[in-house]
Amino acid sequence: MSNTIIDRQPEIIKSKILRALESNDLSVQFSDSLDNEMILNMGPQHPATHGVLRLLLSLDGETVMKCVPELGYLHRGYEKLAEASTFHEFIPHTDRLDYLQPMANNVAYTLAVEKLIKLEIPDRAKYIRTIIAELARIQSHLLAIGALLMDVGAVTPFLWAIREREKILDLWDLICGARFTNTYTRIGGTAQDISEEIIDGIKKFIKEFYGNLKECRDLVERNKIFIIRTEGIGYLEPKAVIDIGLTGPLVRAAGIEQDLRKDDPYLIYDRLNFDIPVYDDSDALARYYVRVEEMIQSARIVEQCIEQIPAGPHNALNSKKVLPAKQKVYTKMEELINDFMIINFGINPPKGESYGAIESSKGELGFYIISDGSGYPFRMKIRSPSFSNLQGLPEMMKGCFISDTVVIIGSVDPVMGEADK
Amino acid sequence: MTEERILVLKSKLSSFKIELIDVNGTPGVIIPKENLLEVCKILKNDNELSFDQLVDAIGVDRFTKKDRFEVIYNLRSVRYKDRLFIKVKVDANEPNSPSLVPIWGSANWYEREAYDMVGVEFTDHPDLRRMYMPEDFEYHPLRKDFPLMGIPGSLPLPNK
Repeated sequence: MSNTIIDRQPEIIKSKILRALESNDLSVQFSDSLDNEMILNMGPQHPATHGVLRLLLSLDGETVMKCVPELGYLHRGYEKLAEASTFHEFIPHTDRLDYLQPMANNVAYTLAVEKLIKLEIPDRAKYIRTIIAELARIQSHLLAIGALLMDVGAVTPFLWAIREREKILDLWDLICGARFTNTYTRIGGTAQDISEEIIDGIKKFIKEFYGNLKECRDLVERNKIFIIRTEGIGYLEPKAVIDIGLTGPLVRAAGIEQDLRKDDPYLIYDRLNFDIPVYDDSDALARYYVRVEEMIQSARIVEQCIEQIPAGPHNALNSKKVLPAKQKVYTKMEELINDFMIINFGINPPKGESYGAIESSKGELGFYIISDGSGYPFRMKIRSPSFSNLQGLPEMMKGCFISDTVVIIGSVDPVMGEADK
Repeated sequence: MTEERILVLKSKLSSFKIELIDVNGTPGVIIPKENLLEVCKILKNDNELSFDQLVDAIGVDRFTKKDRFEVIYNLRSVRYKDRLFIKVKVDANEPNSPSLVPIWGSANWYEREAYDMVGVEFTDHPDLRRMYMPEDFEYHPLRKDFPLMGIPGSLPLPNK
């Protein structure tokens, strides 16, 4: 299998990829490695790789000796595109980064831009953003654990998780009119306010969610097959977890309490009461538990936000940076001019650099923006958690079976749209 | 980062020619290329600094005559829960910088990405392949002289 793919490429590349596959410990342990070794190409079109992830596995029998991930099959050049679009124009592109939780990407991007232009947003907008960011976390974790369970052979919990996820998509439909690519936040606030009807819908969803999640958990958590397939699989030492730069649930499953919501609170997280679940085992099972507990904490956060949410405007008052309401653009001269200027020339942030990050469901999602004073960013770097989490794969896969690779990928929960940018 | 931590940082690095900067509320240090490895070892291993996690490397093309490129490293401390940026300036005549893989393992992929996108070569990097673009691609797309629409013919299309 390996020959057909590697042979087509020029000599130099062939040697480079093969050199990466060869390892020192492999040749030490097996003197006749040519007899035992086989190279298996997994992906990019493989249902268990969660997108277009390609893995080159070097096998000894059924054991994985070395794994080399190949990225770039979904590379769309968003960082180059960002340099050619105004700060508002880039918001729809962020939906396509981590497409399992577009709302959280919108929030992360607009927060980073607001930090650059030093714009304070009203309280109501902060609460709305916290609610949608936490619902997005539930949305993403539901798919993550659903897919992990389906990868180990349990189909029912996957369907039940998707059923819950469907309700969140319906809520997105009410909030912004789109189910999948939301583009809901704007610089300085949100596109629309949320109505009482939506708040009732969220309340109803959260109320049912605790019971439905428990139903799901009862199915799997005492299931012997699930525990045998995940316990001790994909183990990574806490020291290695820090060294490889993993963030998010992978770090918290290794016994390290690290969460930007507590370490460097953004939005209104410092006013809320919630816990950070931490487990010590650092394997696929611990990661499953961290994600499940995080969903419960997210539901708690949403409940508190709905209780505390104040009335008031949902957009900041700054006519040079914030898009005016559409009705006013059509009827008032001043707003029409401001709208024209923002759309055509951008918001012109001051010269300088800024980094804003949030704790998304996968880890630290950050935007490093360099501005030269024009309406377009001079350089924008997306710090995507999936990309750096994937770097842990080679270490986690050493010595596991081929069937475990699927579980390990599921426990890392990469989204290739974000990893490949 | 608190004021005290910045003072500690200043005193620990006083023997090097470094420059303290402020990245919109987060502190940063500009380090000369020659001292990069030594300073980074102190940043990671010193108990009072303890920046043990490297979470990103950013390659920038400033498009200036002198010091055209810049690599920005994003560091986090697990113990003190704060952040520090490191900047290294790289001239276009010799676009290379020492690799930080021996200090932080995560630099591996981040530096591969920066090499792919901006074209800064990291010396002593164990596996400097391109991250996203195909290996036989000649250009570095995030350089300012690379057009947004791409260069025709630079990516071979499959034969019909």
